[in-house]
Amino acid sequence: MHARMQIASILFAVAVLVLVFELVRRRKLSERYALLWMSAALALLLLAAWQRLLYLVSRAVGIYYPPTTFLVIAFGFALMLLLNFSIASSRLSAETRTLAQRVALLEMELAHADPDAPLERDRARDAELHPLAGARSPRTGAQRPAANPPGA
Amino acid sequence: MPAYNEEGSVAAVVRRVYESAPPCDVLVIDDGSSDETAVRAREAGAWVVSMPFNLGIGGAVQTGFLFARDHGYQLVAQIDGDGQHDPAILMRLLSKLSSDESLDMVYGSRFLEAERGYRVPLSRRVGIKLFAFSLTRILGQRITDPTSGFRLCNRRAIELFAAEYPQDYPEVEALLMLRSGGFRFAEVAVQMSNRAGGRSSITRLRSGYYMVKVSLALLAGLLRERVKLTGPTLEPQV
Ligand SMILES: Nc1nc2c(ncn2[C@@H]2O[C@H](COP(=O)(O)OP(=O)(O)OP(=O)(O)O)[C@@H](O)[C@H]2O)c(=O)[nH]1
Ligand SMILES: [Mg+2]
Repeated sequence: MHARMQIASILFAVAVLVLVFELVRRRKLSERYALLWMSAALALLLLAAWQRLLYLVSRAVGIYYPPTTFLVIAFGFALMLLLNFSIASSRLSAETRTLAQRVALLEMELAHADPDAPLERDRARDAELHPLAGARSPRTGAQRPAANPPGA
Repeated sequence: MPAYNEEGSVAAVVRRVYESAPPCDVLVIDDGSSDETAVRAREAGAWVVSMPFNLGIGGAVQTGFLFARDHGYQLVAQIDGDGQHDPAILMRLLSKLSSDESLDMVYGSRFLEAERGYRVPLSRRVGIKLFAFSLTRILGQRITDPTSGFRLCNRRAIELFAAEYPQDYPEVEALLMLRSGGFRFAEVAVQMSNRAGGRSSITRLRSGYYMVKVSLALLAGLLRERVKLTGPTLEPQV
């Protein structure tokens, strides 16, 4: 790798490290994701600083121009980070859905508990028919919360 | 009491809190357990809040502080649901906290006195000692067991933690947070026992992540709070 290119790559990796750390310090980025970025940046830093390693890796995978190896590896990390975010956002949307369901069910239960709520009209009938009339949540068997916490 | 899949132990711990701890209400935070944790805890007479999915220990414990803050509790104890913390010891935490007006939190340390009974596995012990050493340096106060989750907080600390609490392995960072907010805390020598059942959440792989994550968080926290920390150092306390 040309010396200039080497310096540029090192500066780039260091800049990423510093930026990520600064974001953590400002609480804009959680440690979990910061560690992913930092390990990617550290690996690139290692390859940029340790030319011999870059040559060895290049030869091992049959790339004749080592800077290409650097780019390929950087690209590999980018892909892995993207995949990770897809996984994270899948989890987040599943969690959001669960939250929405729980909140909606809670609102309905609350409406039934509140005598002034519109749904109250149906209360007499519900007392016999409504599955929630027993005041136990189906999932956990939770008792409806009392008006006051115990001994607060 | 944070509990994640602790159906085998949580009921016994709840009952023991009612028997041997100072009079209190017990709130179990069932963090999306896939077993009968919530049912067992409720049968034993605890309040149970069930998270819709696993939030992790940080988010779960903060839920407890939110509940305490909103309902005007003056003291909150945090105790594991796996039976490793003896509820009878809460009495000692309480007398320590009330012995000194300026204290906002006290927590149980396994390493303040010679260990008896349960021994911390070596790999974990090394990690704990490392954090203990750096925190002692950073805070200018002797810290021997910074990962302890056996704690008693006063109202000020409750309000702080309800407003802001670290996620993923929060105990070490919480100490830094306390200190940089001008809060004071002290350790009390305790013994911990083996798990009464269930499985530890800290696997080998996770303890690696634990170390790296907490180190990064400490470093960032340190730079974040630098200004406040270099204020007058408090005299070391044991
Ligand atoms: N709310 C919540 N609690 C958890 C979670 N993981 C563990 N806990 C609880 O936190 C307490 C301590 O967890 P442990 O897995 O025993 O961790 P530890 O005590 O530091 O480690 P060991 O010495 O191996 O037991 C127990 O009461 C667990 O049930 C979680 O994801 N959410
Ligand atoms: Mg435990």
